[in-house]
Amino acid sequence: MTDWLEKHVPKLVLAPSLVAIFVFVYGFIGWTAYVSFTKSRLLPKYDLVGTIQYEKLAASPRWEVALTNLAIFGILFILFATVIGLILAIMLDQKIRTEGPLRTIYLYPMALSFIVTGTAWKWILNPGLGIESVFRDLGFENFSFDWLVNPDLAIYTVVIAGVWQSSGFVMALFLAGLRSVDGEIIRAAMVDGISTPRIYMSIIIPSMAPIFLSSFIVLSHLAIKSFDLVIALTGGGPGYSTDLPATFMYAMAFSRGDIGQAASSATVMMMIVTAIIVPYLYSELRPRHD
Amino acid sequence: MTDLHMNDTHMDDRANRNRLMKRIALRFGLYTLLILFALYYLMPLFVMVVTSLKSLDEIRTGSLLSLPREIDFSSWGKAWSSACTGIQCEGLRPYFWNSVLLSIPAVAISTLLGAINGYVLAQWRFKGSNILFALMLFGCFIPFQVVLLPMALTLGALKIAGSIPGLMLVHIVYGIGFTTLFFRNFYVTIPTELVKAAKVDGAGFFRIFFAIFLPVSPPIIVVTIIWQFTQIWNDFLFGVSFSQAGTQPITVALNNIVNATTGVKEYNVDMAAAIIAALPTLLVYVVAGKYFIRGLTAGSVKG
Amino acid sequence: MTSPQKAEHILSVENLDKSFGAVKILKDINVAIEPGDFLVLVGPSGCGKSTLLNCIAGLEKSTGGEIKIGGRSMNGVSPKDRDIAMVFQSYALYPTMTVGKNITFGMKVRGVPEAEQQRKLNEVAKLLQIDHLLDRKPSQLSGGQRQRVAMGRALVRDPQLFLFDEPLSNLDAKLRVEMRTEIKRLHQTLGASIVYVTHDQIEAMTLATKIVVMKDGIIQQAGTPNEIYNQPANMFVADFMGSPSMNLIPAQLEAVDEKTKISINRTDMAGIELMMDRKIEGLAGGSKSVILGLRPENISDASGQNAKDGQVAECRVDVVEPAGSDTFVVTNLGGKQVTARMNADVQIMAGDMANFAFDLSKASIFEPESGARIA
Repeated sequence: MTDWLEKHVPKLVLAPSLVAIFVFVYGFIGWTAYVSFTKSRLLPKYDLVGTIQYEKLAASPRWEVALTNLAIFGILFILFATVIGLILAIMLDQKIRTEGPLRTIYLYPMALSFIVTGTAWKWILNPGLGIESVFRDLGFENFSFDWLVNPDLAIYTVVIAGVWQSSGFVMALFLAGLRSVDGEIIRAAMVDGISTPRIYMSIIIPSMAPIFLSSFIVLSHLAIKSFDLVIALTGGGPGYSTDLPATFMYAMAFSRGDIGQAASSATVMMMIVTAIIVPYLYSELRPRHD
Repeated sequence: MTDLHMNDTHMDDRANRNRLMKRIALRFGLYTLLILFALYYLMPLFVMVVTSLKSLDEIRTGSLLSLPREIDFSSWGKAWSSACTGIQCEGLRPYFWNSVLLSIPAVAISTLLGAINGYVLAQWRFKGSNILFALMLFGCFIPFQVVLLPMALTLGALKIAGSIPGLMLVHIVYGIGFTTLFFRNFYVTIPTELVKAAKVDGAGFFRIFFAIFLPVSPPIIVVTIIWQFTQIWNDFLFGVSFSQAGTQPITVALNNIVNATTGVKEYNVDMAAAIIAALPTLLVYVVAGKYFIRGLTAGSVKG
Repeated sequence: MTSPQKAEHILSVENLDKSFGAVKILKDINVAIEPGDFLVLVGPSGCGKSTLLNCIAGLEKSTGGEIKIGGRSMNGVSPKDRDIAMVFQSYALYPTMTVGKNITFGMKVRGVPEAEQQRKLNEVAKLLQIDHLLDRKPSQLSGGQRQRVAMGRALVRDPQLFLFDEPLSNLDAKLRVEMRTEIKRLHQTLGASIVYVTHDQIEAMTLATKIVVMKDGIIQQAGTPNEIYNQPANMFVADFMGSPSMNLIPAQLEAVDEKTKISINRTDMAGIELMMDRKIEGLAGGSKSVILGLRPENISDASGQNAKDGQVAECRVDVVEPAGSDTFVVTNLGGKQVTARMNADVQIMAGDMANFAFDLSKASIFEPESGARIA
C-alpha cells in the first residue's frame, strides 16, 4: 500500500490541478460549443437544433462589424506594435548610456490595467478638451481630432492605445533576442567590411524569426481577447462601431441575455485562437532529440 | 613629392573629420528619437497626473499638457472615498480592499499549485506527462469568453456567484497554467541527478521538494507572484462578469466611476481614480521590474 | 534458496532485461562480484552501462531478471533500502545546503542521532581532506572539491556497495588523473565493493579488478583487466580497449607443421609473410582468411632485442608521430593503417622503408564475419 502510494504520489499531486483544468477549461469549452448548437436564449436549453445560431450570427450586422474591427485592429495592432518594438530594440542595442531608464519607461504601460490605459487615452483623445485643443492652442485653429466619436474612425483609437500599451513588451522580447545573437557572427561580418545597417538587415533580423513568431502569437492573442480596452475607451461605441468579438460576446451574454449567440460567438473566437495557438504549441513542445 | 604627400594626409584628415561628424550626428539623431519615444510613453502618465491635480475649471479652460496653476489634491480624496460608481458614492476604497482581499489568497494558492505541478512535470515525469503539460498550457491561451457562461452557471450552483471567493476560484483555476509553466521551465534546468541522489539518500517526493527544490526557487517564486498579482489586479473581464455591487474589484469600480452618468463629468477625479487603480502594479514594476520582465518573456519563450 | 557460493557475492545480476517500449536497452545481463571487487562497466555511450547502474541502484525498474545485493533480492526494494551509495557525474550536490549539510542529509533523513552524524562527518571530511570546506556552499567549490564532497556523501553511508556513474568525466584532464588515483587509494584502504561506470577505457584498466565491456545492451566480455586487454573476446573489445587501439589486419593463415604462417597483402607492394610459433585449430591443410589483432606495442623497430624475438618485415613508413615517451609509426598492411610503437629516439622519416619487428606471441586471431576470437 505505501509502495503504491509512493509510486503514485506525483500523479496524485498533479491530479487536483488536472481535474480543475479538465472541468473548467475543456469541460466548459465543450459546454459552450454544445450550447452553440441549441436554441438557448435567456436560459440554456439542451436540445440540439443544428447550426441556426451560426446562421443568425453570420446574418448579424453587429457581428460583421465586430469581425471587421477585429481584422482592422488585429492587423494594425500587430503591425505597429512589432515595428515600433523592433525599432526601439535596435536603437537601444546601440550601447545607449541611459538604456536602463529608457527601457523602464518603454515598458511600464505593460504593468497597467487596460482599464487604466483606456481611461487615460479616452481623456487624451477627448474631442474638445484633449489633444485637439493642444493643437488648436499651438495655432492650428482648424485642427480637428474627433476619432473617438467618429463611428468610422473610433476603432483606430483602440489601435493607438493598444500599441502604446504593448509595443514596449515587444521591445523587451526583441532586445533579449538581439542580446543572444552570436557575437562571433557579427564580428566576422564586420571583418568582411559589411556595414551596420546591412548586418542588421541580412544577418541579425533574419536570425530572430522565432522572436517574430513569439511576439506575433502573443499580440494576436491579445488582440482576440481585447475586451477591457474597448470597454474603457469607447464602450464599444459610438453605437456598436467599435465592437470586437469579445465585447459582442459579453453583450450577448450579460446585457442582451442571448446565450445562444453568446455561445456561438465565443466558439468562433475559440476556433480562431486554436488555429493560431495549436501549431505554435505543437512546434514548441514537440520532443526534441538531443 | 612631399607636397603631394602632405595633401594626401590633409585629405585623410578631412575624411576622418567628416566621418566623425557623421557619427556624432547619427548619435544625436538616435538619442533624439529615443527621447521622443520616451516622451510618447510618458505622456499619458503625465496627463493623468497633472489632470488629477487640476480643478475642473482649470481643466475646461487650460491645456491638456499644461502644469496645474494650483495643486489641488481634492480630487484624489474624492476618488478614494466619495466618488460615485453608480448609485453608491463611496469612492474606490472598498473596491481597492476587495482587490487586495481577492488577489492575496488567489496569488498564494495558484503559485503553490504551480510550484508543485512544475516539480512533478519537470522532475517526476511519467508516461503522458508531457501531453498533460501541453493540455494545461493550452488553458492559458483560450479566450476566456468561451468559459464565461458555464462558469457563471457553476458559480451559481456552488452558491458562490457574485462573491469574492467565487472570483478567487476563477482566478486560481485559470492561473494554474501559467504558474505551472513558470515553475516547470525553471525546474527543468535542474539536473535530474539531484532527485536521484536524494532518493538514494532516502528522501521521498515531498522531502525532496521542500528540502531541495523549494530552497532554490525564490527567483521563480518572485516572478510568478508578480505575474499573478499583475494579472489578477488588472483583470476586468472576470471581475465584471462574476461580481456584484459590493464585491467588485477595483478595475470594475474604476470603469463605473468613469462612466457614471450622474452629475458633471469630473475628469480630475477620473484620472486620480485611474492612478490609484494603477498604483499597486506600477509600484511592483518599479521595485521589481527585472522579475516582471522575466515573467512577461517567460510566457512566450520556450524552456 | 541461495547457494552458499552465491551468498558470497556482494552483487549479482541475473538475466536482467530492460526495455523502454519496444527498444531493448539491456539484454540478458549476468554479472556478479565478490566483496572488495572493483567492477568497471565500460562501453561507448548508449551501450546501456548507465541504465544497468541505475537498475542496480533501483532508480530505474528492470523489465526482467533479478538483482541481488548482499544475497538479498532487490525486486521492489526502493533505492534507500538497498544499502548502497552513489556518486553522480554532475555530483548532484544540493545547491542550497552547505558541504556539511550535503554530507549529513542522508543520515538526517534516516534519523541518525546528531552526535553520530557529526562524528561520521568529521571522519569522512578528514579522510577526503575537505574539513576546511564544510561551511561552504557547492557553488563556492572547485570541480575537484565538489567531486570530493560527492564522494564524502557516499562514504558516510558506509554501504555494502558503492555505485559511481562516470564521476570523473566533468573534470579536466589533469584533475581526472589525480582523482583516479584518489579513488584507487580509497578502494584499497576501505576495501569497499564498487561498481563504476565509465566510457574511458584507461579509467577502466587502471581502477578495475574486474571489467565488463558492453555494447548495445549486451555484455561483450567480462574479465580481469589483463584478460580483457590481452585476450579480447571479439574485435569490438579489441578495438575499444587500449590506446592507440589494437591493429586489426586482414590476413591469411596456413598451418606449417606445429607453426602457423601468416600472409598479409599490401596494396602497393608485395605482401609480407610472418611465422607464428603456435598452432591454430581448424586450419586442416588449406588457408583461412582471418583478422590478425596486434597491439601497437607488439610491433616495433627491428633493433637489438626486438629483432631477435620477433619476425621482421620491411614496411614503408607513412606517418611518424613522436609522443615523447614513444614514437608511433604508421604503415599500411592489408589495406589498413597499422600503428607501431617504437622507441622515442628511433631515427625514421615518413616515406622511408624500414624494418618492423612483429611480436606474435600476444597476437589475437579473429573470425572476420562474426568478429569472435579464434585464438
